[in-house]
Amino acid sequence: MEKQFPIKKIIDDQGNLIDSQYEGEIDQELVQQLYYHMLRIRLFDRKAISLQRQGRIGTYPPFEGQEASQVGSVLALGNDDWVFPTYRDHGATLTFGADMMRTFLYWNGRSEGVIPPEGKNIFPAAVPIATQIPHAVGTAWAEKRKDTSNVAIAYFGDGATSEGDFHEGLNFASVFQTPTILFNQNNQYAISVPVEKQMHSETIAQKGLAYDIPSVRIDGNDCFAVYFETKKAVERARNGEGPTLIEAVTWRTGAHTTADDPTKYRPDGQGENVINPVERLEHYMKHHDFWDEAWVTKIENELTNEVEAAVEAMEQYPKPNPEDLFDHVFQNNPKQLEEQKHAYLEHLGRV
Amino acid sequence: MDVKTETKTQVNTTQKLTMVQAVNDALKTMLESDKTTMLLGEDIGKNGGVFRATEGLQEQFGEDRVVDTPLSESGIVGTSVGLAVNGFKPVAEMQFMGFIYPAFDQLMTHVSRIRAKTMGHYSVPLVVRAPYGAGIRAPEIHSDSAEAIFTHMPGIKVVCPSTPYDAKGLLIASIEDPDPVIFMEPMRSYRAQREEVPEGKYTLEIGKGKRVQEGTDVTVIAWGAMLPVAQQAVKQAEQQGMSCEVLDLKTLYPLDRDLIAESVQKTGRAVIVHEAQSTGGLGQDIMSVIHDTSFLYLRAPIERVTGFDVPVPFFALEDHHLPTPKRVLASIEKAVHF
Repeated sequence: MEKQFPIKKIIDDQGNLIDSQYEGEIDQELVQQLYYHMLRIRLFDRKAISLQRQGRIGTYPPFEGQEASQVGSVLALGNDDWVFPTYRDHGATLTFGADMMRTFLYWNGRSEGVIPPEGKNIFPAAVPIATQIPHAVGTAWAEKRKDTSNVAIAYFGDGATSEGDFHEGLNFASVFQTPTILFNQNNQYAISVPVEKQMHSETIAQKGLAYDIPSVRIDGNDCFAVYFETKKAVERARNGEGPTLIEAVTWRTGAHTTADDPTKYRPDGQGENVINPVERLEHYMKHHDFWDEAWVTKIENELTNEVEAAVEAMEQYPKPNPEDLFDHVFQNNPKQLEEQKHAYLEHLGRV
Repeated sequence: MDVKTETKTQVNTTQKLTMVQAVNDALKTMLESDKTTMLLGEDIGKNGGVFRATEGLQEQFGEDRVVDTPLSESGIVGTSVGLAVNGFKPVAEMQFMGFIYPAFDQLMTHVSRIRAKTMGHYSVPLVVRAPYGAGIRAPEIHSDSAEAIFTHMPGIKVVCPSTPYDAKGLLIASIEDPDPVIFMEPMRSYRAQREEVPEGKYTLEIGKGKRVQEGTDVTVIAWGAMLPVAQQAVKQAEQQGMSCEVLDLKTLYPLDRDLIAESVQKTGRAVIVHEAQSTGGLGQDIMSVIHDTSFLYLRAPIERVTGFDVPVPFFALEDHHLPTPKRVLASIEKAVHF
């Protein structure tokens, strides 16, 4: 199966172009866009870890190492497409247009954090595993029924492929030929369980075969491979050719969450040779005359300021009201819920 | 003490353990004493569980008995059914109770009724352990308290300890029970206290609650993580001169009806505390126990202090959803001064 699904790469670990057919398609604009967003989300991610360490937000699941998978894939989408992330996909959602202040707010235990900007179709991060896959399929199905050319992308990890919802989602996508991109980030670990214990299959891509879903295995740390392969899948979906399963082979550099200690289960030194996708793109930029020191310094400053401003805005965000517990459960609350609300507010001395 | 000491392993020494250590000790005790005991779950092996409840057990008992499963709750419970009907004693861990729902189908359509529908030909001696409850600033879905969903299922016992000592004795009893048990572990209490816990094997009877404090004016009924909340409220009530009796139910199905009836018949008042949502919550079953057994003894309407009929909120609001000592105290006052 590894032979049938070879890992596609456009640049190698050292940032050399190895697939010359893309030479003409990679221009300054694309390179800078990829680099800008990968740097941006890395700064966000590192800031979130540091905020958690200081007790300024709750438990946080870092995505460092997966920047190319998330940015490369989401940049292949159009503005009206749908994104169904997991809790580890804020790199994708931020790049797609989610608000950074609100993303911090989410990890500070606030529902306001999941609300996307007006006009952006970003579903709340799935915290259970694989449940978002059928949602993305259903949403794509709705787009098909409405005769649009919009697509939906579902992000999920290697562990998710063990859940029933993964298989049920793939089958529905296949049966109804929905315009869905099933984007797997195989980051090698589901918390502590390595992928070779998660499944006896050599690849995740091969799981598409059973559903007759075109499937591809790519180097998830090569932002160009991710971008161009996702683009192909998006085009197929827009043209009515149905779903695609993409296995992006990547590496979770850090812990599962800030509450996790990977030294418990990872062999010493594992992953040390993995070249981070941001550095890999830097190598490419330097080898291929895209590196502009002044531009990089400028965006580093801008992005640092953006992250700091988002943290400040998050911390100045108004405190939650106990009314919020009750006010969004139904469009019109039943009387008994209103009574519970009233009794509680009375208890607090608020009415 | 309501301990049934096993004759083979004398219980004579104790160690000071937290609840999560007591759970670990119970599992270890059963893996040692019964070769058919198997643990299954996500991250329970090499990682020792996300709460470290299974720390060191895979190392000691091997990967065949302490199994890191694929990430699949329905798979874990479904295969545990198969193991259980064929001679093993599976103890399945759901990482958090909020993630038990993919296994709902297996529990409701099979675990609940395999014994009944085969007239006892097959049975499912299975334990499903699940850390539950809010109050530790966990991410969303990690804080559910879904006991009433499982007490509603026929054919399944539901156990929920509040102390390290009870956790060990009840978990061993659950593993030895011939029928399926959902074993709820209050994660907020995992490391909240240390207590002397006997070494070796002992069991506590499933279906028996405990009077943890005697009183005459009002019966306060709680379990799991709400027991300490109720106790704090009771302390304050006593400063105001109210004498409170506190019951720790410990088993949620079957309920200890005798304990509840005896206490309420003495005090004539009851306050029930649980963090799960109000409607369809276990408090309503307890009310019906009181109604059925003690109606003529009541001197005040039964009070319930519960979570609201809302999804367990993200953690910024969880302290508003959870019963607080202040809310419990208000209900005690209301009952006593009715």
